[in-house]
Amino acid sequence: MCLSIPSKVVKIDKERNVATVDTMGITREAGLDLMEEDDVKIGDYVLLHIGFIMNKLDEADALESLKVYSELVEKMDEQERQNLVEEDDNCPNRGK
Amino acid sequence: MGELQLKDLYTGFRDPEVIQGYAKLIEEEAKKLSSPINIMEVCGGHTHTIMKYGLQQLLPENINFLHGPGCPVCIMPKERIDHAYILAMQEDVILVTLGDMIKVPGSKGSLQDARAQGADVRFVYSPLDTLKIAKENPEKKIIFFAIGFETTTPMSAALLDVVVKQNISNILFHINHVTVPEAMELLLADDECKIDAFLGPSHVSVISGSQIYDKFPSEYKKPVVVGGFEPVDVMESISMIVRQFAQKRCELEVQYKRAVNTEGNLKAQTLNENYFEKAPHFRFRGLGDIPNGGLKLRDEYSAYNAEVLYEELLKSELIDDHKLCICGDILKGKATPPQCSIFGTACKPSTPMGSCMVSSEGACAAYYKYGNLL
Ligand code: SF4
Ligand code: SF4
Repeated sequence: MCLSIPSKVVKIDKERNVATVDTMGITREAGLDLMEEDDVKIGDYVLLHIGFIMNKLDEADALESLKVYSELVEKMDEQERQNLVEEDDNCPNRGK
Repeated sequence: MGELQLKDLYTGFRDPEVIQGYAKLIEEEAKKLSSPINIMEVCGGHTHTIMKYGLQQLLPENINFLHGPGCPVCIMPKERIDHAYILAMQEDVILVTLGDMIKVPGSKGSLQDARAQGADVRFVYSPLDTLKIAKENPEKKIIFFAIGFETTTPMSAALLDVVVKQNISNILFHINHVTVPEAMELLLADDECKIDAFLGPSHVSVISGSQIYDKFPSEYKKPVVVGGFEPVDVMESISMIVRQFAQKRCELEVQYKRAVNTEGNLKAQTLNENYFEKAPHFRFRGLGDIPNGGLKLRDEYSAYNAEVLYEELLKSELIDDHKLCICGDILKGKATPPQCSIFGTACKPSTPMGSCMVSSEGACAAYYKYGNLL
């Protein structure tokens, strides 16, 4: 129930205080009642929860996390290459 | 990396390579531990991720998950479900609630059963859908059976706000909102408590801020990491917890920074404050009475309170679960679902005997669904 979904704001209807959001290709409306006026803008990433926008996602932070993750994967690759090289160095069958 | 795309928010946090990367990091870090650690994921959303992605299997032997009480559906005691059932059976009532409540068994049956008996029960996606139902049925009393933790409370408050401001006379509320920190404190008070650290619920903190967990590291000496629901989020959070132990730190940290800050959503909190106050007691299914564990409508809104208006009909007698059901121990982290003697036999998602089998986020349902990974 609390698994709110990341969505992107595509339209804002000030009159009704609702936003139209894109949730992975599905378009729907969400109430802005829990957000400060003018806080949510078109293009913002938000969490959608039972018909309401609950907050804005911090883009810079999401990007930072993704960067950390790609570095982690790279480092892992390097480590694996290193392991392979070392394994190769220590290969008991060498020279046979 | 350039601009953030919507799909990055999904795939970026589910990347199998990153999950593996964290598994390795955790393994290295865990070698430094002098004793095993048990991490309770409080929220069923986390339980679900852990099961779905088989995360326990990726962790070294000295790191264990305990599945906590984190589902507002799982902790709803039978007597409250009976309230919903009784209200729904009234001739002039339409009972409205969120879809999660559909199958939860009370002592008289579930709301689905009430419906089969002719009751008008509507399951909605959003509390706001109640407004439309009320408009279309002016001669009926529409009772919104409100459930959920901090995450869903402000949505009920937002509905109430509309009802009060527009003076809508045919919408009433039955409030079953509960709060997470009090439940965590109750678990820690148990002598047999095995919890060493908490993976803090994510979306509860979107609303309430990470501040609600301050006291756990300081007073109870239990580290808390507030983590997101994606598998990478969970793995990164676990690595943060393990690192705290390896470095002999005990802190509150936030992994889910893209969504959670210290103070939370202030507007939502104000709405909550306006309409709700702490209930001195709320009984959690399986855990028992939790002082200050729930919310109730403020007295000035009694005119909207179905519990007050229908007091005569609604019994306050407490009803426990089937005697074989060990949900209580599961919610406390003392047992796992397969230890229940009727798990998967008499009790399955189609015929739940206890609440942990009902919600797809309940520990028993998650074990049942992803059991092949165990
Ligand atoms: S409804 Fe689900 S996500 Fe929300 S608290 Fe439950 S278990 Fe967590
Ligand atoms: S399997 Fe069913 S009866 Fe057993 S603990 Fe889980 S919910 Fe309760």
